[in-house]
Amino acid sequence: MINKKVANVEEALKGVTDNITCMVGGFGLSGIPENAIAQLVKLGIKGLTCISNNAGVDDFGLGLLLQKHQIKKMISSYVGENDEFERQMLSGELDVELIPQGTLAERCRAAQAGFPAIYTPAGYGTEVAEGKETREFDGKMYVLEHAFKADFAFVKAWKGDAAGNLIFKGTARNFNPVMCGAAKITVAEVEELVPLGTLDPNQIHIPGIFVQRIFQGNHYEKRIEQRTVRQRN
Amino acid sequence: MLDKIGIAKRIAKEVKNGYYVNLGIGIPTLVANYVRNDIEVEFQSENGVLGMGPFPFEGEEDADVINAGKQTITTLPGASFFDSAISFSMIRGKHVDLTILGAMEVAENGDIANWKIPGRLVKGMGGAMDLVASAENIIVAMMHTNKAGESKLLKRCSLPLTGVGCVKKIVTNLAVLEVTDKGFKLLERAPGISVEAIKEATEGTLIIEGDIPEMDINN
Repeated sequence: MINKKVANVEEALKGVTDNITCMVGGFGLSGIPENAIAQLVKLGIKGLTCISNNAGVDDFGLGLLLQKHQIKKMISSYVGENDEFERQMLSGELDVELIPQGTLAERCRAAQAGFPAIYTPAGYGTEVAEGKETREFDGKMYVLEHAFKADFAFVKAWKGDAAGNLIFKGTARNFNPVMCGAAKITVAEVEELVPLGTLDPNQIHIPGIFVQRIFQGNHYEKRIEQRTVRQRN
Repeated sequence: MLDKIGIAKRIAKEVKNGYYVNLGIGIPTLVANYVRNDIEVEFQSENGVLGMGPFPFEGEEDADVINAGKQTITTLPGASFFDSAISFSMIRGKHVDLTILGAMEVAENGDIANWKIPGRLVKGMGGAMDLVASAENIIVAMMHTNKAGESKLLKRCSLPLTGVGCVKKIVTNLAVLEVTDKGFKLLERAPGISVEAIKEATEGTLIIEGDIPEMDINN
């Protein structure tokens, strides 16, 4: 077993400097690496380029980094829940690249899988495709989208072991698996770091080869954005 | 004139046995409530779940089980969770049979705009561009006119596009329309709405052939 375990978030984020590009897992506030984000805030890292589907809400998730103006550029698909984000974007303080959600996923996956670029039909004929190569396959038009290049990927899983193997829970899986191994260093935080050998190899979602550092996270808030319920009859 | 629930009820009739369906945020989400219960349908949410069920009972919400609108949901027997790449493989790979989504504008050639009002509202496209670029069967659910009373069914979209030539059918509070080579073909009128009223509210080319029946929104 190649040991990926580090003692804590401080050790996990060693080497993080200003102006890096990082992938951050999660959809909305579900499955976000809460500990890594808190540490980036604490370290006061500036000039970040973040590749993340959303930008958190004003006071949680990546919103915590936005509040402190630590993010220079966001690459996201949907940013509707964050007033501070919208303010910084419309005022020009924050550079924003909005891209289709499936394209975001596939540009991560391409980096993970060793493809320099992929063709997707998403965004053809829209401003998203402006300045990009397009090509026809079987009578349909596609846009060439390049793999992301990132320094760090911060992901969050449900369970993991010292080998770096990961299992995700529910829809908190989302972008986390496609970001593993898509950056130079993948840092995985888990709710439960279990003893080696206790995860069933048949059930592993992400094999440890895609993860460089793993640690047990603390104090997960797991905030719900839209609490919707039905009444019992 | 229909309300949002009426629109959802009418669209629910387009959902057929054996369909995998992706529902957008807003009116489309309501469609799930009105699908006949004697057919088998699975709802996909692009954040990574197939086999979505209703909202959870109070006290049973799980932060790790949400839909694309970030609402807490439940899953039904046979459901599955997956990552974002697999989710969009289902969508781009045409494994999803029907996509229902909202729009700010639809043009008579099937173009759709629903993600950005330059300088004013920029929320992003989420999964909409992937959905409209790939789905063979796209129904738009929207009000016929905007808050200022202007038509949302146009000759050409004025807002930045989400996709080109992709919308097949539109269900509004006034009408059911099909996008054809020649423009919007009026298929049905909402209860109590005249053809004249629909003409009035439609900026794009409207094709009216023969008697236009009134919608039946009951299953």
